[in-house]
Amino acid sequence: MEVFDMVLFALFAFTVVVFGFFIGNYVYKIFDGKKTILDPVIAPIENALFSISRINVEKSQSFKEYTISLMVFNIFGIFILFFILFFQSAIWLNPQNFSNLSWHLALNTAVSFVTNTNWQSYSGESTMSYFSQMVGLGVQNFLSAATGVAVAVALMRGLTGRGIGNFYIDMTKTTLRILLPIAFIYAIFLISQGVIQNLSPYVDITTIEGGTQTLAMGPVASQEAIKMLGTNGGGFFNTNSAHPFENPNELTNFIQIFSIFLIPVALLFAYGKFAGNRREGIAIFGAMALLFALTLGSTYYAESQGNVMLSELGVEEGPSMEGKEVRFALGASSLFATVTTAASCGAVNSMHDSFSPLAGGVLMLQMMVGEVIFGGVGAGFYGMMIYALLSMFMIGLMVGKTPMYLGKKIEAYEIKAVIIALLLPSAAILGFSAYAANCAEGLAGLNNAGPHGLSEILYAYTSAAANNGSAFAGLTANTPFYNVTLAIAMFIGRFGVIIPMIAIAASMSNKKTYALSSGSVKSDNATFTIFLACTVLILGALTFLPALTFTAIAEHVLMLSGKLF
Amino acid sequence: MFKEIKKSVILFSGLTLICALVYPLAMYAIGNSVFADQAKGSLVYEEENPVASTLIAQNFTQPYYFHPRPSAAGEDGYDGTSSSGSNLGYTSQKLHDAVKERVEAYRTENSLSASQKVPMDAVTTSGSGLDPHISVANATIQAKRVAEVRGIEENKVIDVIRKSTQQPYFGIIGKEKINVVNLNLTLDREFGKVKI
Repeated sequence: MEVFDMVLFALFAFTVVVFGFFIGNYVYKIFDGKKTILDPVIAPIENALFSISRINVEKSQSFKEYTISLMVFNIFGIFILFFILFFQSAIWLNPQNFSNLSWHLALNTAVSFVTNTNWQSYSGESTMSYFSQMVGLGVQNFLSAATGVAVAVALMRGLTGRGIGNFYIDMTKTTLRILLPIAFIYAIFLISQGVIQNLSPYVDITTIEGGTQTLAMGPVASQEAIKMLGTNGGGFFNTNSAHPFENPNELTNFIQIFSIFLIPVALLFAYGKFAGNRREGIAIFGAMALLFALTLGSTYYAESQGNVMLSELGVEEGPSMEGKEVRFALGASSLFATVTTAASCGAVNSMHDSFSPLAGGVLMLQMMVGEVIFGGVGAGFYGMMIYALLSMFMIGLMVGKTPMYLGKKIEAYEIKAVIIALLLPSAAILGFSAYAANCAEGLAGLNNAGPHGLSEILYAYTSAAANNGSAFAGLTANTPFYNVTLAIAMFIGRFGVIIPMIAIAASMSNKKTYALSSGSVKSDNATFTIFLACTVLILGALTFLPALTFTAIAEHVLMLSGKLF
Repeated sequence: MFKEIKKSVILFSGLTLICALVYPLAMYAIGNSVFADQAKGSLVYEEENPVASTLIAQNFTQPYYFHPRPSAAGEDGYDGTSSSGSNLGYTSQKLHDAVKERVEAYRTENSLSASQKVPMDAVTTSGSGLDPHISVANATIQAKRVAEVRGIEENKVIDVIRKSTQQPYFGIIGKEKINVVNLNLTLDREFGKVKI
């Protein structure tokens, strides 16, 4: 354990909480219709958009209306992106003359970026034109994140007895008032540190020794900022934030990790404001922080042990640097990896495939429980509400009281929705992984043999269904089989959770709120925090322990006995 | 339903215009006026021709230059259009064999004894395959070879290493490290290019 790394972790926690608090207040003001600082600039743009598209700004939508708006908007987004990618060679800004994407890669990528997964079966610098990156993928980096926040806000409103709001309005406000202004400042900072932002053809250089090298270029900084802020994680280049043009130094790296958690944490503070009791938000925050401390500790510990097989070959002892950058090394790589899989970001600054077996297992577990440890922007909040409602329901049953959350009864309808949202992604992960591990198309893409190969498959479907997007990148996923099955998993993992959550939001919003009595079970205290954290762990463990045993744990045990594959 | 589609099309178009054209192009304009060097890739020129980006490792094989970390980017490594790690896990036979070979090669190159430990970063591939940095330990071991081939005192090379060592930001974020591209450029500047 190194002092520097502990300082880094502490500094990270501190900045996330402080900035999360202020942004949280700002987020609340926006969605409560209060005046905010950017009104003079942005309100006219919004009003113009709403009046042209004839959106009724007065009326809150019903469950059905909200769902239709959201699905139409998102499916339209998939169509547009598919066509941009499928015909990219005929569009501008393609200095490297990249050809059109295959139908299955275009489909996979379109679903991937619209669902905020940003799984990439391709390598950016050898596949995507600047137009595809900047416009096609770029706009979805904003809109998919904004969709998540809109649903989270709808749920906050519903739980606190307000109308759930209008999807279009909340989505637009999130984009223009939260994501865009922060991305603007963020991107300028990144450029100042060396992240490139140009539209030039790739640069041919004669190296210092007289060899040749070609450097990939592109409008990276603008993409990078929103990639992190919106927990998208789709890198401009193949190696994502490990690439020096995306993440050139320790400062940019710190800001990148910070910006993954910024909005998810801010939303928890905003939730406290909505509930009229900031401790409601802090209780949820506490459960997430507790789980995060556990996972970060495990990842860091597992990584710090190093690879015994390397030291036997005469390499100095210490953490393995395979797949890691010198500028990030153990501390910043472990922190990034834990944060990116806790939130559904999926950007990476080191190659998770080369992590120690147990660290890889922890990263998978975080995604398996549904990306609820802070989670994606919006998605983390509504994902954790699945467990919160379930916890309150179980507590209610245990103590023999009507289960309630924030003074509203939790009934069969809500619990059915919760169970659907919980089971669909899990079924997708385990079902597809089992199928892929038993067919030739699934096994064809493996880069590693033995249990680590199975980990590559399991990680892929976990990442897809949890809308994370990171990978054990050795897997060759650009095949019709993987592209299509992963696209289905991403779609299920996204909308199979969102729709039940809107249903809960709408149903709760219409329920009577009971005043809390001295005998009521409270959700704003440490007991609830711990119960919630345990619920996440136990449900996650029950569902996924067998799968992790065959992969990460098996590999760890075999590694200890010195077995190679 | 038709009404919903119309709303989606209008909003989508408006937001695309703002987020995917105005925003990145504004960044392009600001980047290329205020931070032109960085926005274009932190390139180093010799007589008008780009010879390196200080952020991207390039292949150095000559003994009078410091060598970067091994690279898995592209067929021969250090391919700026094909960033990649090896993605090999802890229990990979391939990784085991590759590292074994690299350890032997590193020892031979730098005249180390068969029992001497080799720095971790010198024999493992980086995440991007384009990592421009090496550890101070790695550079210090290579200093002897570089000095000998160049016919200068080792102390002078160690001095250059010391001057080129990047310190943590604000003294707390990051660790000591050395940028190989900058280090080799400094070598050539201080002691002249080696003529073959």
